[in-house]
Amino acid sequence: MSSKYLIFLGCAIPYRVSAYEISARKVLAKLGIELVEMPEFNCCGLPLDPVSHEAMLILAARNLAIAEQQGLNILTLCPGCAGTLKKVNALLKKDKALKDQINSRLKEADLEFKGTVEVKHILQVLMEDVGVEKIKKAVVKPLTMLKVAEHVGCHLLRPKEYIGFDNPEDPHVLKTLIEAIGATSLDYIGETECCGAPSVGVSDKVALELAREKLNHVKKASAQALVTICPFCHIMFDTNELRIERMFNETYGIPVLHYPQLLGLAMGIPAEELAFNELRVDASKILKAVNEDAK
Amino acid sequence: MAETEKTKDVIKASEIDSKFKYELLKMPGSEKILRCFQCGTCTSDCPVARFSDAYRPRTIIRMAQLGLRDRVLNSETLWLCAACFTCTDRCPQGVEVASVIRVLRNLAAEKGIIPAIFKEQANSILNSGYAYNIPELKIKKRESQGLPPLPRGNSESLRKTLQGIKFFDNIKKGSSTA
Repeated sequence: MSSKYLIFLGCAIPYRVSAYEISARKVLAKLGIELVEMPEFNCCGLPLDPVSHEAMLILAARNLAIAEQQGLNILTLCPGCAGTLKKVNALLKKDKALKDQINSRLKEADLEFKGTVEVKHILQVLMEDVGVEKIKKAVVKPLTMLKVAEHVGCHLLRPKEYIGFDNPEDPHVLKTLIEAIGATSLDYIGETECCGAPSVGVSDKVALELAREKLNHVKKASAQALVTICPFCHIMFDTNELRIERMFNETYGIPVLHYPQLLGLAMGIPAEELAFNELRVDASKILKAVNEDAK
Repeated sequence: MAETEKTKDVIKASEIDSKFKYELLKMPGSEKILRCFQCGTCTSDCPVARFSDAYRPRTIIRMAQLGLRDRVLNSETLWLCAACFTCTDRCPQGVEVASVIRVLRNLAAEKGIIPAIFKEQANSILNSGYAYNIPELKIKKRESQGLPPLPRGNSESLRKTLQGIKFFDNIKKGSSTA
């Protein structure tokens, strides 16, 4: 079983969502997953797919070719990057003409796509490489006092033809991982609905309405926190929560946590090391609940 | 972006390009567009359609099938799709609806219709490898956060691999914005 990965950070995480990276690195190291840094970086390609499918293919293939040179599989924290790299990997492996066309481009950079590496999102690594049993064993502080809502987001689920990881109509992986650390994962209406992030910049109104709808459902379920595994979903719910409250005259106060932050707490990693202070919505009541229970 | 759009006008025969659908059949992503029988699953499951008065994936597919090339490519609503792929997964006819919309957007971009956000991201990728312009301060802060140095992009090599792609030529020319 592989426990060494090339970590592909993507663009949004180093730009705006460092708490996700900090907490993910902490828990992965503790669970025995070794991370190697990309020697050179370019965007996975997804943001340019709407305007140039060809540019997306080249950008994704470049990253896959670099990983092949390193002889390492890729681990991503962003489902958008995971989805794109997985899809292009599959497309180029099955379509030789397309592979040749893209390789003629990559040749300009002395790179070649061969199709020898795999791409996994952190959730998939936790589920398949580490495994639920090992995660349960790593828990020193079960979070039984917490009832949370999970949000997997779109790109780790759909299109199922290329992702084929969880059930897109009834996802269970993140729920299983939340339950593995003792917390309750609540059901709520519209769990698989989009956060709205891709519409930002085209129609902010539509984007924020989508996020608001989700926050309303999460509030109705009386969740103490919303748990995400995507930088864009996190920006929509955490960074924009106050803005949505003001815009639509709502009150939420729902902390939005990256799953590795929650996992880290259960593994006994101090909150300061898990970058809870980087969250926009105050999560101190979560930490208080966890600490009080431990007494 | 304004959301008012006329889709219910009478269609004039002169607007119809009967070859358009055959072009789409050859493009990766829209090969199955003729299978669409207008059931409306895509629109009824579309999260964006719930909050937009104008965006209707079924309408876009029908316009493309009918050959309303200019109308569909100039349509502002084309850019509202959030690419959540719910429509693609649920289409009973196996039409990759979100990919058809991506093909149409690509064709619009070739005509020079490119919303500003995509130009910004493309330029940022060419310059730094990253889709956003990450401030130096943030890159330096990583050390104090206990994070390893951020890998850098190779701008020269990126430009070489991407040169000659029509979209990049278009943004260099500073073509019109949607």
